[in-house]
Amino acid sequence: MNQMKTDVVTPTPTAPAPAAPIAAAPSRRPLWLLIGGITLVVLLAILPLLAIEIPGVLPGPTYTPGTLQLLAYAMLIAALALSYRMMFGLAGLLSFGHALFFAAGAYGLGMALDAFAPVEWPSELIFLTSIVVTLVFGIVLAATVGSLALRVTGISFAMVTLAFAQAGSVLIRRNPGGATGGDEGLSLDITNVPGALVGVLNTRNLYWLALGILVFVYLVVLWVERSRAGHVAEATRENELRVRVIGIRPYQVKFLIFVVASTLAAIAGMGYLLLQSGASPRVATADFTLTILVIVVLGGVGYRWGAIVGGIVYTLLDQRLTALAGSDFIAGLPAVLRVPLSEPLFILGTLFILVVLFLPGGIAGIPQRIRSGRKQHPVESEEAADA
Amino acid sequence: MSTVLLLVITGLGLGALYFLVASGLSLIYGLMGVLNFAHGSFLTIAAFLGWEVGRRVSDGSWWGLLISALVGMIVGAVVAAATEYFLIRRLYERHIEQALVTVGLALATVALFEGIWGTDPIYTAKPEWLAQTTEILGAKIPNDRFLLIACAAVVLLGIVLFLQRTRYGLIIRAGVENRSMVTALGIDVRRSFTIVFAIGGAAAGLGGVLASVYYGYVSAHLGSVLLIFAFIVTVIGGLGSLTGAAIASVLVAVLQQFANFYLGGTGDLVVVIALAAVLLVRPRGLMGKVA
Repeated sequence: MNQMKTDVVTPTPTAPAPAAPIAAAPSRRPLWLLIGGITLVVLLAILPLLAIEIPGVLPGPTYTPGTLQLLAYAMLIAALALSYRMMFGLAGLLSFGHALFFAAGAYGLGMALDAFAPVEWPSELIFLTSIVVTLVFGIVLAATVGSLALRVTGISFAMVTLAFAQAGSVLIRRNPGGATGGDEGLSLDITNVPGALVGVLNTRNLYWLALGILVFVYLVVLWVERSRAGHVAEATRENELRVRVIGIRPYQVKFLIFVVASTLAAIAGMGYLLLQSGASPRVATADFTLTILVIVVLGGVGYRWGAIVGGIVYTLLDQRLTALAGSDFIAGLPAVLRVPLSEPLFILGTLFILVVLFLPGGIAGIPQRIRSGRKQHPVESEEAADA
Repeated sequence: MSTVLLLVITGLGLGALYFLVASGLSLIYGLMGVLNFAHGSFLTIAAFLGWEVGRRVSDGSWWGLLISALVGMIVGAVVAAATEYFLIRRLYERHIEQALVTVGLALATVALFEGIWGTDPIYTAKPEWLAQTTEILGAKIPNDRFLLIACAAVVLLGIVLFLQRTRYGLIIRAGVENRSMVTALGIDVRRSFTIVFAIGGAAAGLGGVLASVYYGYVSAHLGSVLLIFAFIVTVIGGLGSLTGAAIASVLVAVLQQFANFYLGGTGDLVVVIALAAVLLVRPRGLMGKVA
């Protein structure tokens, strides 16, 4: 009986119960979800006009540039995590090189703006051309790396992507021809950037831009996941051999997912450059990819909104824990407690280990665990039911 | 000629370091399928504790170094075995989660080391002889390279003897070859998991102390830097193959040294290109078994 129940037929094999509210029940409650989603986006969009204070979570009222900057950054990281989840969670491609494409977007746009600066065109045209050039660069890079890396699978795939990302990171640090700024990072040349996106006073425009990028990435990810390619990718993740046997070539689908996810990462990277008015070489390192991996797992690999929740929770935690580390309360503790607590990454790393060990569904899996009252992972329960 | 010789021997010394890290990684992956991202942390903690003990005993003498090395090996072995026992074992047969736990451990420990010992490198003292050079065929070679090569050779020999001559070695070799068959024959392979982790940790610990001699400092990021190259070495050599790791360490390190000297410091890049080339031509690595 087990053999008959092919993974190809069931589009969401990880969700036997109504586990992922969005993914598992698209037909039953689409209207409710649509309305909820739109309300949430509208709420986020009018946030810069309100003065909501959440002490301990946000550094100040929501209309202040500092808070908007932090929220915009969190949303860009969430968009990046969403694109990574599409690759790792949907297609099962464990890549250690996702940071490369984020960096390609950030550095690509910065370098394109630098390169076009002497041209005598209207600045809007230069800005648009730079974006298009960066997008094309991102797609070509993704296609090149993807076509090479996807020739191998599993751990070897992870290693090849790590190697390319490492090469990119080395190149950026080496600062060829003074183009990337080396360890100092690249600062944004604002001569051709629209005035509405420059300056502290315009942070709210950048916030809306980040929100737009997040919504756009979400919609693309949703579209890909609902498409036939998405279903094939999911089936390939569960059992590649079976997909081959029924006559589908998984390579093309995996390649498509890789290129789309990488391009979305590049778009998030462009937003990052505009938001931070520069790019630091940190975003190209393997550590940054690991951070995204941590975010996706923390939020819950099985859930699309898990990546968003993870990205926002991680960014806020990282920021607030850094603030906590410098507080008087921590400074007053004995050394045994003070040293670990003053390192945000230590707390995040420990939290991550605990989530992997005891909460396999991540943050997004908590409601489902409470509802079902089960202690184990949905996947495990399915395996147990099959046996 | 003397330049070539210098580059080769320096490359061998660096390769020795890579091997000390990669040998454990390769054994662990071969037997358990765990990609251990925390291996660099084993190395770093061993380097720090080895240095802390060594400088209290006697700074910059052979005794100090010997005690540092011993402490480093013990610390590496204990920490690695504890990691296996408390974290990895709970996630038996779930490879992605096991790798994720080691990722988390690596992030947390590096942050912890930074908190305890600071972010700046701490410069270490070493025996006078190691700071000098020996002239071979006109090439002035730093003496610490010889120490590294000798230690790596001893470790290689020791692990090979252990694997070939002892009962546990036999089980580990059989487990790398076909784990389900060994389990089916009624042997608990899991006990050897801890041993493999301890051996890998001890090698990495020795590597940590030697790395502090080679670089002249200890820092919280000592392990992460070496780990990336150790990964590359492991993949080029073939995951699970000790001989492959040894050959690949030397190849990678020598290639790196030559590229750094003749191609204007592009060593890292050349190594990455070599990895991509090997994986595309021969995805299982030089000595890896067919997947």
